[in-house]
Amino acid sequence: MIQSGSPAPKLSEAAAGTLPLLACIALSAVLMVADHRGDLSPAVRATLSTAAEPVWRLAALPATAWRWADTALSRQDQLADENVALRRELQLRDAQLARLEAVARENQRLRALLGGKGDFRLAVRMAGIVDVDLDPWRQRVRLDRGSADGVEVGQAVIDAGGMLGQVVQVSEHGATALLLTDASHSVPVQVVRTGLRLVAVGTGKSDTLSVPNIPQSADIRDGDLLVTSGIGGRFPAGFAVGTVRAVGPDDTRLFLRAEATPAAQLDRGLEVLLVMRGEIDVGIGPPEPAP
Amino acid sequence: MSRDAPGWLRFGTLAAGLLFLVLPLPGPLDAARPHLLALALAYWALEAPGRGAMAVAWVAGLFADVVGGTLLGEQALRMAVLVFLVQRFRAQLRFFPLWQQSAAVGLLLLNDLALMASIRLIAGAGLPHGPALLAPLLGLALWPWWFLLVDALRLRHRERVGR
Repeated sequence: MIQSGSPAPKLSEAAAGTLPLLACIALSAVLMVADHRGDLSPAVRATLSTAAEPVWRLAALPATAWRWADTALSRQDQLADENVALRRELQLRDAQLARLEAVARENQRLRALLGGKGDFRLAVRMAGIVDVDLDPWRQRVRLDRGSADGVEVGQAVIDAGGMLGQVVQVSEHGATALLLTDASHSVPVQVVRTGLRLVAVGTGKSDTLSVPNIPQSADIRDGDLLVTSGIGGRFPAGFAVGTVRAVGPDDTRLFLRAEATPAAQLDRGLEVLLVMRGEIDVGIGPPEPAP
Repeated sequence: MSRDAPGWLRFGTLAAGLLFLVLPLPGPLDAARPHLLALALAYWALEAPGRGAMAVAWVAGLFADVVGGTLLGEQALRMAVLVFLVQRFRAQLRFFPLWQQSAAVGLLLLNDLALMASIRLIAGAGLPHGPALLAPLLGLALWPWWFLLVDALRLRHRERVGR
């Protein structure tokens, strides 16, 4: 290979290494720009995700097996204790729900009197979180329901605590949801105490939301609860988003900036609820508790 | 055909690298996870150079983008650059003792991190912080073991086939 006296092959060898590199860089750059601008069609993304699905399933296997073994091997009395606690919790919730139902019905009647429309009933569907670590720099989760189950891009994702995020990409048997706390996510919110409308944006940290550009005169303080305002039509109104933790002047000193703690359990829990859009069917809902 | 590099081993190491990219790891280790796919590609570029090494790296990187949910083309670019550098300095790297080789791999991974940071900065994502900066160090520590493991697997294969 190394022949002294003839520089020509060496040159061509160097070119042979550099040209593919340049081609790779150019190709990658085109792809990245297209992907960043959202020019790639959703169909391409969906196909690619379907191809990656086996890898995700495989990666989630150890954790799933561990959980299974944990359940299988935990002691009977532990399970019984847990069962009792859960039953008690359920009873409590049932009582609360019954009261809420009455309030909702009254609300419905009052709205009918006012001639307004708008329905607070809501259809949800349960989805599991596939236990894989996607890119740690972005706040995303992978769900195990896809277009085959009626999941669409833009659907709101909630959990018992409140808003979790929204579906950004769907393949046949899985979907990717962007969490509230991702740096590229924002959600229109409202302060419960005063009705002030704001926008909460993610920070990239799973325990912090940022609410920028609040007027100096606005009435907002620590402990205020933020809920979705429903403006924009993407998220249903009235879901808890977070609690204000700190309020202070922003960098320009012209506006205030608040920090909030998300209401949903963003880094815990393995099940979420997908809010279904379209006509509201009372029949769809969380599964009935097992008898 | 490159010398005695069985296809299943190549494919297996790359698949393991891909899988490791999304395997749930506890706490801070998640952000600082060593890039096993990069190590696998570096190994094959070092030990069994072929014509299509860079193309393989690019495609593997693209798979990594899809699996890891990064910007399409980001890892592809990073892996192609990594393999290019390994090929460029192959003559030196191959005759380094293992510890020096690890240091060189650490440098390559550091370069990889810098490349990733600059891509993400341009794309508008934040800079890496905290444990993410430890990833090249972990990769460096992992390299000798990785190298010896894959080497041993290859040797066993050669013995079996040679007989």
